[in-house]
Amino acid sequence: MLIDTPATGSTILSIQELSKRYAGGFEALKSVSLDIKAGEIIALLGPNGAGKTTLISTICGLVQPSAGRVLVAGHDITKDYRITRSLIGLVPQELTTDSFETVWNTVSFSRGLFGKAPDPAHIEKVLRSLSLWDKKDNMLRTLSGGMKRRVLIAKALSHEPRVLFLDEPTAGVDVALRKDMWAIVNELRASGVTIILTTHYIEEAEEIADRIGVINHGELILVEEKRTLMAKLGEKLLELELFETLKQVPDSLAGFDLELANEGLTLRYTFKVSQSGDNAIATLLDALRAEGIAFRDLHTSQSSLEEIFVSLLDQTAVESASESAS
Amino acid sequence: MNIYAVLAIYKFEMARMRRTLLQSIVTPVLTTSLYFIVFGAAIGSRIQEVGGVAYGAFIVPGLIMLSLLTNSISNASFGIYFPKFSGTIYEVLSAPVSTLEVVLGYVGAAASKAIILGLIILVTAAFFIELRIAHPIIMLLFIVLTALSFSLFGFILGIWADNFEKLSIVPALVITPLVFLGGSFYSTDMLPPLWQSISLMNPVLYLVSGLRWSFYEISEVNVWVSLAGVSVFLVLCLAAVYGMFRTGYRLRP
Repeated sequence: MLIDTPATGSTILSIQELSKRYAGGFEALKSVSLDIKAGEIIALLGPNGAGKTTLISTICGLVQPSAGRVLVAGHDITKDYRITRSLIGLVPQELTTDSFETVWNTVSFSRGLFGKAPDPAHIEKVLRSLSLWDKKDNMLRTLSGGMKRRVLIAKALSHEPRVLFLDEPTAGVDVALRKDMWAIVNELRASGVTIILTTHYIEEAEEIADRIGVINHGELILVEEKRTLMAKLGEKLLELELFETLKQVPDSLAGFDLELANEGLTLRYTFKVSQSGDNAIATLLDALRAEGIAFRDLHTSQSSLEEIFVSLLDQTAVESASESAS
Repeated sequence: MNIYAVLAIYKFEMARMRRTLLQSIVTPVLTTSLYFIVFGAAIGSRIQEVGGVAYGAFIVPGLIMLSLLTNSISNASFGIYFPKFSGTIYEVLSAPVSTLEVVLGYVGAAASKAIILGLIILVTAAFFIELRIAHPIIMLLFIVLTALSFSLFGFILGIWADNFEKLSIVPALVITPLVFLGGSFYSTDMLPPLWQSISLMNPVLYLVSGLRWSFYEISEVNVWVSLAGVSVFLVLCLAAVYGMFRTGYRLRP
């Protein structure tokens, strides 16, 4: 079956007001809407139980949606499930493998299951790209956790999907393997595969994603280009080591967000990353010079995605608390 | 039709039989031989004939039916339950496959294994008794229909079960007693009238009786009633499986 897939940059996955309420009444997804472009890498961040896995599972057909719809390459995941599922590859969070199967057999099985004719050349290519070729005849139970994770990726790629879901791809793997995974993801992107990954590791999102979505309590509270997000919500910190102790910040500098530390020998200036282009540092330095405040050294640091993420979650917690109070 | 998916599931399930060849083939051969030694030789020496058939030969259809029922159910229930238990079911549920294709793969493999075992028992029996099959096509029809319908039943059981106890409770507490009380090793004519009437409520009696008719043309109930019964059971199981997949019962929350 030949399926037209959108060109790079146009929408390949459209999630429209998707909700999921489980039989017990738990609302795992609350009217989530999101468009994902072909060829991009989007990272979904959120704490445990936020709804990330439910979102992925619903799109892949493992969970039935309660409301809303999802289109993959313009096809509805319920009505046209054969088309949409053949375009999707899923790497689950748990290392679920058939212990007594060989790597080659389990990857070949996946290709058949997704309706593709046997293609040993493609399976070989996938196994080689994931450094699994030497292990092709090994039983899965003999592989390490990291190798099993690679096998799951190989299974998901066996039918040449256009959209790949990676649910916590580096959960529980060591740093070296995590970096290998990032390299694999970048190679996949280069081959035109759209990647949606969920992660707890902010540095992972920071390293490989083009866009970041933050999910909390079943709601997509923010979706933003990674750089824009960091610029918009991130903060920079300028620390000045002063020559002389300053007892208090002069009134003329009240317009700057300043605080004294290190018994008055360090002056800290916090400003938004988006202000960097507005000569925030130069303006402060001019003001300090006018006040006759000299410094011996300075350095700047920028808040990480992790700090942005935590502050976002804190902000939503405060907002929901004030909503319930009112 | 996603024929590649059907073949993938079927081959995957059959591979398990190859991996456990000793357990899959040698065990039923040994068990059948033991049945012949105990029931055929020991008891058969006291019960010479039943309905004009030597006792050893009389129990062959019952033995085949016992094996067909227990193996169909255990193969199919384990085949779908284990992926649920281990989590590998995610792949089948996220694949572009219809209910029919999933059923063809899993149930087809479970039934194939049961049929192979049934035929192995038949061949083993030929070493102990003089085998006579009056209606081989009807015999094959019974074997195939029984294997398919009870594999479907086992498949339902595997979807329903959420622990290993539930997986084994129905075969142990329902199927085995029904098979033993279904005339596998005796004719209901040997029972008091009350128990003869009660036996008629046992669906397995119809299967054993029908299969025995295909061998020796002796039966407790009309062979066409037996065939109709197993066909209706097959359709009911198919409808139940379809309903389970449509609603996502214990598969898709």
